[in-house]
Order: sequence, then C-alpha cells, then structure tokens
Amino acid sequence: MQDRWSYKDAAPQTLLRLYNASLRYGAVDVLQDVSLEISAGGPVILMGPNGSGKTSLLKLMMGLVAPSAGEVHCARSRVSFVFQKSVMLRRSVAANVAFALQAAGLPANDKEIHAALAQVGLSYLAQRPARRLSGGEQQRLALARALSRNPAILFLDEPTASLDPAQTKAVEDIVMASAALGVKIVMSTHDIGQARRLASEVLFLAGGRLVERAAAESFFNLPESPEAQRFLAGDLVISPEVKS
Amino acid sequence: MKSHAFAIMLGALALVGNPAAAQQQSIVVASTTSTQDSGLFGHILPLFKAVSGIDVKVIAQGTGQALDTGRRGDADVVFVHAKPQEEKFVADGYGVKRFNVMYNDFVLIGPKSDPAKVRGGKDILAALKAVQAAAAPFVSRGDKSGTHSAELALWKAAALDPASAKAPWYREIGQGMGAALNTSGAMGAYVLSDRATWLSFKNKDALELVVEGDARLFNQYGIILVNPAKHPSVKVAAGQAFIDWIISKSGQAAINGYKINGAPLFFANAD
Amino acid sequence: MDEPSAFQLILSGDPQLLAIVRLSLSVTLAATLVAGVLGLGLGACLALTRFPGRQGLVIALNALMGLPPVVVGLLVFLALSRSGPLGFLGLLFTPQAMIIAQTILITPIIAALSRQVIEDLWAEYKDEFTAMDVPGAMRVRALLWDARFSLVTILLAGFGRAAAEVGAVMIVGGNIEGFTRMMTTSIALETSKGDLPLAISLGIILIAIMFCVNALAWGVRQWSVRHAG
Repeated sequence: MQDRWSYKDAAPQTLLRLYNASLRYGAVDVLQDVSLEISAGGPVILMGPNGSGKTSLLKLMMGLVAPSAGEVHCARSRVSFVFQKSVMLRRSVAANVAFALQAAGLPANDKEIHAALAQVGLSYLAQRPARRLSGGEQQRLALARALSRNPAILFLDEPTASLDPAQTKAVEDIVMASAALGVKIVMSTHDIGQARRLASEVLFLAGGRLVERAAAESFFNLPESPEAQRFLAGDLVISPEVKS
Repeated sequence: MKSHAFAIMLGALALVGNPAAAQQQSIVVASTTSTQDSGLFGHILPLFKAVSGIDVKVIAQGTGQALDTGRRGDADVVFVHAKPQEEKFVADGYGVKRFNVMYNDFVLIGPKSDPAKVRGGKDILAALKAVQAAAAPFVSRGDKSGTHSAELALWKAAALDPASAKAPWYREIGQGMGAALNTSGAMGAYVLSDRATWLSFKNKDALELVVEGDARLFNQYGIILVNPAKHPSVKVAAGQAFIDWIISKSGQAAINGYKINGAPLFFANAD
Repeated sequence: MDEPSAFQLILSGDPQLLAIVRLSLSVTLAATLVAGVLGLGLGACLALTRFPGRQGLVIALNALMGLPPVVVGLLVFLALSRSGPLGFLGLLFTPQAMIIAQTILITPIIAALSRQVIEDLWAEYKDEFTAMDVPGAMRVRALLWDARFSLVTILLAGFGRAAAEVGAVMIVGGNIEGFTRMMTTSIALETSKGDLPLAISLGIILIAIMFCVNALAWGVRQWSVRHAG
C-alpha cells in the first residue's frame, strides 16, 4: 500500500488515476491490470472492438463498479456520465434538469435550468415530457443533465451509437463545446470517424487490457500494437478471448 | 417522514368523526335479526330518542351471538328471545336483571305446493311429524338464534331429532331469518319463522304461511342490562333509561303501535 | 311497486341513502389513505433494501394479498372487543373499526404490488441515479413520483377491494343504522329482508360509484401522460 495515491500529492491537473485495476465477473476477466492517469486537456477517446471492456472501464473510472483488484481514485463529486441509452425521468425536460441540479446539491432555479437547456439547444422543448423526445433529443437532454453538474470530467459511453448522422453531429458539437470550456471528456466509441473528429488522445483496449495509449494523430497514422493496426484496418471487430 | 405518515393517519381517522364525541349519549344494543328485519327498531327508536336524546345503535345478530356480544362487554343492553339462555346469562353474572318486553309467535312457512300436506293445521308437532314422514325439505337457521332454539325445542317435543340424524331433507344454513326465508323460497322448503319477520319479508313469492296458532309457538322477548360489575365500560344510566322506557307505558304503546298492513307484529307484555 | 327504488331515493337526495354512500366512501377513502402510506412505505423499503429474510417477507406479503376478509374481521373484532387487548379504546362497532379492518385488508395488496413496480423502476434507474449521486431520500421520492401512474392504479385496486368488502366491516362495524351501515352491509341486509329489488339497486349504485372513481382516475392518468410523460 506504499503506492497509495491521493490528490494532495498528485499534480494539480491530474483528475483520475487507476493503478493495476482489474475487474472480474464470476470467472470472466473483464479488465486486467489497467493502470493509467487522466489529466486535464483535450478529449480522451476509448476505442476497441466489441467486448474489449470499454464500458466496464468507464464504469470503473466513474465509480459505478468497484475494482476486483487494484485501485481507482477519482473525485466523485466532480464527474458526470452519459449512457449509451440514457434513462429519462418520467417528467418534463426542464424537471429532468432540475432533478440533476438538486441531486448535485446545486440551486435548481429557472436561470440554471434554462442555461443548461440552451447549452444543448433544447430550450424550446422545456415543458415537453422527456420520454416523448426523439433519441437524439434524449441524448442532448442527458448531456444537459450531466453538464449542469459542472463536472470536471464528463464520461460518455458510446452516446451516439443509436443516432442518425445529424443527431450524432449535434451531440458531437455539444461535446466539443464543453471540452473547449475546460470539461475533460472521456468517451468511448466504436466509430473510427467519430474518434478522428473528437480525439486528442486515444486509449485502445483489446481483450480487457489497455494495449495502446497515444496522441490521436500518431495513433491514427502509426498505430503501434498489432491489435490497433488490425482494428483500424477493419478486421478486428470482436475482441479475442482474454488469456488468463 | 414517520411523523408525517402518522399525521395522515390521524387525519384519516378524524375524517369520519371523533368516537368519543359520537358515543356521547349513545348505547349499543345487541339484538336479533327478527327485531331489526321486521322494522320494529326503525319505528320505536326515533320515539325513544325524542324523549331521552339517547342514540340507540342496534347490532342485529342471532340470540346466541347477541348474548355473546353482551358477555364480551361489547354491548350495553341485550334484547333477545330465548328465555332459558337469557336466564343463564343473568345467573352467570353477565346481566343485571331480565325484563319481559313483548311477544309474538312463530309460524311454520312452507312452499305453496305443500308436499307434506300440513296447510291449515293448528298442531305444530303434527306438522313437523308430517314433514319428516314426507321427507320434505326443511331449512333450519342453525345459528344458535332464538328461533333456532325454539325450532330445536319443537322437534324435541315431537320426539324427533333430524339434526342429529343428519337427515338429507333437513338443511342447516347458519344464517339469519331473512336469509333462511330466501333459501326456503328457492328450495321449496319448510321453515320456522317469527311472525314479524314473515310479515315484513318481501320475497314471499313461492312461500306461504302453513301452520299458526299453536300455544307452543309463543315467542317471548326479554331485555337485560349488561352487568357493569363485569364490564365497567357499560353505560349504565343510558342503558337503564332505554330499558325503563321500553317497559313503560309509552314504550309498550310504541311496540303495539307498529303494524304492517294493519296487523300488529309484536304484542307488548312487560310485567 | 309502492315503495321508491334506490334510484328514486338517490335521485331525490334521500338523506339516509346519501349518508350511507357518504359513510362508505369516507371509510374506504380513509382506509386507502392509511394503507397507501403504510403500503407504499413498506413496498418502497422492500424494493430498495436488501436484508436477510427479505425474500421470505416478499413471499409472505404476496400471500397476504389473498387475506380472507372474514378472518381480518374476526381478528380485528377479537382485538377491539371490550374483552380483547385493545378493548379499552372502545372502537368496536364504530367507523374507525371498519377503517382498521379495511386498512389491514388492503395494506398487503398495496405493499406487494408497489414493491414490484418500484423494484422494476429501480432496476431501470439504478445506474443513472448512481451516476448522478442522488441522495437516498431523493431516490425514494423520485421513484415514487415516477411510478405515480402505476401506483395510482394500485391504490385504486386497494380502494376497490376495500369498497367491495362486506364480511369484515359487518363483523367489526355491526351494520348499525345511521352509524356503521355501509353500501355493502346494506345490500346484505336488504337481501336478508327479502327486498331483492332494493338490494340490486344499491348494488348497481355501488358499481356506478366504482365506475366513476375509476373513470376519473383514468382521465387524470390520460391527461398527465400527455403532459408529463
């Protein structure tokens, strides 16, 4: 335990740290020995074939699941999460944002609510029942809820997986605008085009291991690991079995 | 959160009135289905209320159950019709004193087809023997009520015992007088009823009165104050006021004044 | 018929009949209110907590949904009788006793059904609420609010069961005219008096009231689904 890490002795821009973190469900190793640090800066994109552990890694970083071994350190009160399919509370769009503000202990007045909705372009739907929005509008509302908490880190788990190109673009614009305002973006995607558009940095997972971490430009131009090379070439779509 | 829930519950109880206030000047009388179903109470209780200001809440049960209600202390007065049981109730210390109030009589009711051929008879024992001989359906209250005990006593006097013999034509239904009449009508059965319930009964259809007028069909009602020594909750003053009134001249006149189609249902006979 | 039917009585605003309807509704509403608070609380607790013996409690609650009213009536009678443990309260043969009996009858129904609804909703909301750091009390409030349409239907089911019940209220209320006589006990009484037309009319009025209550709830639900989703 001599390696225990805390914010006090970390560099001020370090937001999150994993040390030899593993996750196992029953007999299945979902993540193995992942060590990494997330610092302030441009968007970090998690890539990897289906089943490589992207969602699990996000949930681990967010604290939604505890590691089976190793350590995760994260400032819980300063993070937000947008799921692939967000759950809309059975109430109006504005009330959904108000709920997120209250849960974060922030004042839920009209000014805050409208600021959050304006940020995602949903002001005109404020009184609409949230569950009657389209898929794209629902994801934008989920972003409004997540951003209203003023998070230091915003985790997104394939937020555009089921959206059409126009809706995908709207979500990407909001993500980039937030990044420009200083919110650290950590997002998973299996869409290589989206990763090229958004990433400053890429974390590449395969078989539950972090096999490559690189600046976006070098990752897309000269991937080092054979898995990343095959993935970018389009022939590694399903993650290989983890060898234990 | 908890005190909130408690407040809602108190509010809910308050919604239907405060029991303490509602029970002021009111007594509970455990009585029989015959007195209620015949409409007697509907006639005499407003008269009592007018002179005393006391509300009388009537629980209509069989005589056995009514006496048990008194025994448990859940009524202030019992007003029933099975003299031996009433005397035992007083002897056991549950009642203060028994007073005669009124009488009517039992009548044998039967299907219009009259399979036992007893119509017009004056001898109840002969009629019961004929019912048994014909194995005609007979409905018994079977609920330890005053009418039930009277019926059993009549079978005994006729030296018959269909209840113990489990005769297939003898059907115990375990319900009140009105239900027994409804059942008899539906089954085409004979049944012993008090005259008052029969006169006020509205679903007569297939039924008619077949035997009446036998001295053995006499049906005496008595009234007893539940003993406050056993149950301090008994409202002695109001309960006694009701008893005093019902055996007084005006109470007795009120009973005699209750008629259906000009026929009196009960005959006051307080001592 | 020379006597007025129940319809004529209610149309002419017969005070006795209206008093019976009013008593039935207020007793059943009060019981539904109390059972709603207890049942929803219990249902939410069971849905959102894990403790040893919980599964047994859930099974017991589901079984108690079929509690026979007469047994409830008898138990409440024995408890409230002057000779029983709660006799000093003097509640036997009062409207309060009927509220208690109906509450005991429908609390398990409301608890068991709401447990299922809240548990299903919680499975859907769990990750989102954890990600949002929603505090415990706020979670419960939000789940109850978001399940409101299903929960109202459950409360109506409880209300219907209580309103239709006759065995328990007959035993603990005593069917005292003008004090504890309800719609259902009136129907039983008129049947025993052989006045079947009046009994049927009363029955139709009771059904009509239940229909109105449910239609009202359905309308409110339609309106809110359109406006709050």
